[in-house]
Amino acid sequence: MTARRLAEGGCIDRSRRLAFTWDGAALAGFAGDTLASALLASGVRVVGRSFKYHRPRGLWGAWTEEPNAIVDVALGETQEPDARATTVALRAGMVVRGVNARPNVARDVYGALDLAQRFLPAGFYYKTFMPDWHRYEPRIRAMAGLGRVEAAPDRRHYAARSAHCDVLVVGAGPAGLAAARAAAAAGASVILADDRPAPGGTLGWQAASIDGQPAAAWAAAAVPQGVRLLRHTTVFGAYDHNAFGLLERREDAPAGWAAERLWHVRAGAAVLATGAIERPLVFPGNDRPGVMSADAVLHYLRVHAVLAGESAVVLTNNDSAYAAAIALRRAGASVLLADLRPAPPIAAAAEEAGVRVLAGSVVLNTIGRDGLRMVDLGPSDATSPRQATLRVAADLLAVSGGWSPSVHLHSQAGGKLRWDAAAAAFLPAAARPGQHLAGSITGAADLATCLAQGHAAGLAAAGRAAAIAPPHTAPAVAATPLRPYWRVPIRRARQWVDFQNDVTAKDIVLAARENYRSVEHLKRYTTLGMATDQGKTSNVNGLAILAETTGREIAAVGTTTFRPPYTPVTFGAIAGLRHGSLYAPWRRLPADAEHVARGAEMREYGGWFRPACYPRAGESAAQAIRREAAAVRAGVGLFDASSLGKVVVDGPDAAAFLNIAFYNEVANLKPGRIRYALILRETGIVYDDGVVTRLAPKRYLLSPSSSHTSGVVAMLEAWRQTECPGMRVAIHDTTAAAATFAVAGPRAHEVLAGLTTIDLAALPHMTYAEGTICGVPGRIARVSFTGERSYEVSLPAGYAAALWRALLAAGAPHGISPYGVETSSLLRAEKGYILIGVDTDGMTLPDDLGMSGPLRAKTVDFVGKRSLLMPEALRPDRRQFVGLLPDDPATPPHVGAHAVARTAQGMRSLGWVTSAFFSPALGRSIALGMIERGRALIAAGAEVELYHLGQMTRARVVSPVFFDPAGERLHG
Amino acid sequence: MLLITCPWCGPRSEPEFSYAGEPVMRPGPAEAVSDQSWADYLYMRRNDKGPHQENWCHAGGCGQWFMLERDTVTHANLRTQAPA
Amino acid sequence: MRYSSLALLRQGIAGHGGWPQAWRSAALQPSYDAVIIGGGGHGLAAAYYLAKLHRLRRIAVLEKGWIGGGNTGRNTTIVRSNYFFPQSVALYDFALRQYEQLSAELNYNIMLSQRGVIYLGHSDHDMETMARAVNAMQINGIDTELLDAAQVRAEVPLANFAADARFPIHGAFIQRRGGIARHDAVAWGYARAADGLGVDIIQNCEVTGFRIDNNRVRAVETTQGPVAAGVVGLSVSGHSGVFAGMAGFRLPITSYALQAMVSEPIKPALNVVASSWATGMYVSQSDKGELVFGAGLDLYPSYAQRGNLPTTQAIVAAMTEIFPPFRRLKMLRQWAGIVDVPWDYSPILGPSPVGNLYLNAGWGTGGFKATPAGGYFLAHAMATGGHHPISAPFDLSRFARAALIDEAAGAGIAH
Repeated sequence: MTARRLAEGGCIDRSRRLAFTWDGAALAGFAGDTLASALLASGVRVVGRSFKYHRPRGLWGAWTEEPNAIVDVALGETQEPDARATTVALRAGMVVRGVNARPNVARDVYGALDLAQRFLPAGFYYKTFMPDWHRYEPRIRAMAGLGRVEAAPDRRHYAARSAHCDVLVVGAGPAGLAAARAAAAAGASVILADDRPAPGGTLGWQAASIDGQPAAAWAAAAVPQGVRLLRHTTVFGAYDHNAFGLLERREDAPAGWAAERLWHVRAGAAVLATGAIERPLVFPGNDRPGVMSADAVLHYLRVHAVLAGESAVVLTNNDSAYAAAIALRRAGASVLLADLRPAPPIAAAAEEAGVRVLAGSVVLNTIGRDGLRMVDLGPSDATSPRQATLRVAADLLAVSGGWSPSVHLHSQAGGKLRWDAAAAAFLPAAARPGQHLAGSITGAADLATCLAQGHAAGLAAAGRAAAIAPPHTAPAVAATPLRPYWRVPIRRARQWVDFQNDVTAKDIVLAARENYRSVEHLKRYTTLGMATDQGKTSNVNGLAILAETTGREIAAVGTTTFRPPYTPVTFGAIAGLRHGSLYAPWRRLPADAEHVARGAEMREYGGWFRPACYPRAGESAAQAIRREAAAVRAGVGLFDASSLGKVVVDGPDAAAFLNIAFYNEVANLKPGRIRYALILRETGIVYDDGVVTRLAPKRYLLSPSSSHTSGVVAMLEAWRQTECPGMRVAIHDTTAAAATFAVAGPRAHEVLAGLTTIDLAALPHMTYAEGTICGVPGRIARVSFTGERSYEVSLPAGYAAALWRALLAAGAPHGISPYGVETSSLLRAEKGYILIGVDTDGMTLPDDLGMSGPLRAKTVDFVGKRSLLMPEALRPDRRQFVGLLPDDPATPPHVGAHAVARTAQGMRSLGWVTSAFFSPALGRSIALGMIERGRALIAAGAEVELYHLGQMTRARVVSPVFFDPAGERLHG
Repeated sequence: MLLITCPWCGPRSEPEFSYAGEPVMRPGPAEAVSDQSWADYLYMRRNDKGPHQENWCHAGGCGQWFMLERDTVTHANLRTQAPA
Repeated sequence: MRYSSLALLRQGIAGHGGWPQAWRSAALQPSYDAVIIGGGGHGLAAAYYLAKLHRLRRIAVLEKGWIGGGNTGRNTTIVRSNYFFPQSVALYDFALRQYEQLSAELNYNIMLSQRGVIYLGHSDHDMETMARAVNAMQINGIDTELLDAAQVRAEVPLANFAADARFPIHGAFIQRRGGIARHDAVAWGYARAADGLGVDIIQNCEVTGFRIDNNRVRAVETTQGPVAAGVVGLSVSGHSGVFAGMAGFRLPITSYALQAMVSEPIKPALNVVASSWATGMYVSQSDKGELVFGAGLDLYPSYAQRGNLPTTQAIVAAMTEIFPPFRRLKMLRQWAGIVDVPWDYSPILGPSPVGNLYLNAGWGTGGFKATPAGGYFLAHAMATGGHHPISAPFDLSRFARAALIDEAAGAGIAH
């Protein structure tokens, strides 16, 4: 006999049959089923295997606490490994597989491991597998793990929401509903979040009446207008200052819409009405399929109309399981209830309903290979299995060991716990500021108290009174106290504490014997509470046994730390929209479409998506770069420099301010003139370089490198606000406002001459002028990063495409060639111009680049100045910027190759190659690098050995300026 | 996720802000500063456990720097102060 | 009792009633020759090496909570020695070589799994930077290789190799001797071995102050009373600045929360430790089947051992961007440790400004991999009063010379 579906009752829609498969077998359930209830109703008893011994395991719970029913679920394109069958709503077409078993959980060949269990106690792996762990590990890894992850990317969509509210109520059970109702009546904006499909919590299966209505009906109508109810929504984390993380599962979301949403909710106040989770009892054979939480048994019966067994034994140490016993009997099962307490008054009511009650009894063993068949009962003070007095046939053993309040969020928020002996539970010692507690989280056991607490908490959280009466229900009958009972004192029996991870009472005793007595050591040594349920059912039992074993109070043992998330949260939902192109969106040039249309090879450079080069049909990137470089040197090229920073610094003190911010002197720059300058960190490290243009006496334009512009702006702002607060200066980043194109080459002026009102003949190198270009007001700066005569033409960004086309058209007669970042990098390398972040790094000082003038000449105490006088900065053996001429003129060295010196031990690095190219202009390979005492090596005409991945080559150390060292072409 | 009170904009969520280090007095002029005091300024930090004075910048808002005194254990904000 | 398969077999038959304590819960004595503050892996290792190599007799490890409860028990268990500067290589490879024989030495299986540590490169520039790093490592004798994209695919088949990936994979470098080890076992193994040599391990004993006269530490104050100490070692990751403050000096350290997290356990899906420079993430799969991963620091100083949600999101996004199939997995647990980050991300070892007080501090985000080295060199400094040649470059005095050992800068990252 097994579980079966009842003909009527429950919250399922029998008209909607949903077919699914379980390990290949075709099964069906109804709309309203969870995967677990459908499996139970279909007579499936073994739903999983334990992690270590591969013991057959059945359902324990009915919701998030479930340790056993972990399954892989596939539906259409989506696959969820390690799904909890108890919380997955059944959908037609689901393909469900048990995990961690071969060939399946019903017949798992690894079940044989259980025979060796006596040699595999807690932590056995620390004592063996030495010294050949690397031989054992792959086999052990293959055995470990639960579900399988598919190789295909997860195609589901995930979204994010943010919200503020006066009151966040966590949990829509009776206490949460009462709280939301009261807070809303007091005028507060309320968010009510609950992880179940509908509000009501335990009211869905506990018989009661509220305000004269059946409790479930009351719950359905209890959420007032204006309360934002988030169903299927788990508040998984409590963070600083009443910020909460919520996961909303949208099971009805249309295809292509977000399946899950992550919420950030900032609440003025929060009411934690998170409920409690039923605990197992620890007794021999308590892991047999058919041993279930009494509350879950009642849940399956009332919500899903599934009778979990025909011959039921109920084992309890408290009053709460009586409801399940009576309900089972009324549904037609035979029921024997064993109560650990000697003479509970509540027994009379049960016996009246036809339940046989054995007071003062405990289960001493269970029998049944893959599922429960018989139960041995004996006196509750038994210390030996031989003291069993009764063996009964049973296919269901419903257990209640009391309740553990869900204090997770309270603890995450920094709340303390206290051990309450009467409730035999850890309860919040006091609510955190801005938080309120209501319902079973406080240890309240009866409905009337929960409703009253909820009402009061709602009003307190709203901070206002309200003209609304608390929900009314019949006052509770005085309950008989729970009898704490942590395990059957039979030393050799196997009694499970953590079902999934196979931690038994014996393991805890062993850990204590070996002095793993801190609760954290216990956890880590035995893996207690580390399973996918994170100890929801096992923690308290485990530490109570530890306390008993080590002769301490439970309060003194304490708990492990509660960490987010309360229940596992999909990574996709956590990442949300930070994915793919939105992970770190590329910045695109204003003329992006022009480059793409021209067939540019686009690559990322420091967050910008830019043309690397423009290969023609059949041309490789390397060939294109050489062609473009030759075109610039011989005629004219066109380069999109729009990503270069354009930072305007304005104000009467602009010159003085920038003279502090920059390494180079910029205050004496004349309006209309341009100067190259470095900007340092306070540590003296070169942060960025670029040209500085003095637009007007009180106005400068800076051109930081593309990827450093926002950093430079932030740095300038920091200095303006902290060290130079009295200076009248403003800083604007106008980079996105203008498009800038460099027209470079000996014929550059011919291209521009017909397009602009600016007199190019009156525009020498390192000057700038304003005028119109193609009839639009703009500016032209004569600066060069190629070594050729070069004009940077800027117009408002909206004209980018038009200007690009106009320049190409005007240049066509001169053979103009667009060139990309890689070509530009080659051209500047021929000239020995540095690229920040390529030729420099986080150790480079200005003198390393040969720029020591400002340190000597400038009197201002500029940023980083003192650092340039530190002992390390003055070392004679620093790496210095050099050129390298490889012995092999045809092949440039690898960037990243090291110059090495031979030593007694082998080699020592002298520095490295930072840039390397085949130079078309020189017809040979060239490189740049940072080499120890580089300038002395240049002076000596020395050669160095270069090491790259085991290969040695040689190069001569030379001046980094390979091409046109006199700079004649700049002025030509 | 902290709730930080910008002296100009009021309480805002943490992602709008950037942490900008401990306030440290810059010694000067360069010629008069010893290696040790310059290194202390550059590198040595109070790193208080408990109330800690910090510079923050409302980078995603008004862009202004301010001082926040914050408890580094509880993350409680004790006070914020605009520059004098 | 010596741990072995045979011992396990015997105890299995006998019902496991004969296992001794892994370490004693010793009673605090009023005076010790050497006191180590901090019962993490580093502190326990220091005690072990002091007793074993330097033959000190009366040694105590004082632990505020439970041993291994700080960053030893909170890290992502990665071990590697793929560093750029020769000084760093000497230090971290010393640690890795100790790890390679630690299970045998301690008779405790620390589950060292040298499955390889791989760093993915996502651009030509990344690959050039990696070449520079790999060459530096090879010159310094470290086993690293540069891999092309096809070789990378064989190592991490579930990574995002799509042509339109935000971070396309151009190649990687790998250190095959790198991998992971069981973090708790390192602490417990050292504790058991140190205990076997007579070291007193005192848990729940918080050090609250120093007794200093003539700029020399004479004793430490604890919640269990004062303890006279011949020499004191400080090995308190996450609290180095606090103890420096107690002793009257400052350190170039800021303490931040560093988060880590695990997924639910799955069957083997990732066989190396994978990391990516562009996103800063690092991920491996534990022997239990969980993905263990992390990325950047929380963004402001903190002594609260928990992370905040925006950073959690950034870390998860970084990991799943590189491994899109993992988006469908679930986060099981997220936590944080407090890491003491020095200006240059390299540790601060050896003498402190106060006599008799020695430092093992500032391991930043990388302390676990260095556990044997931290312990070894702290023991050396405590026993000899000076530096081992390997620890000398990491002296606190380097800051006054600006002689930083900045690995990020060495890796070509300007900052």
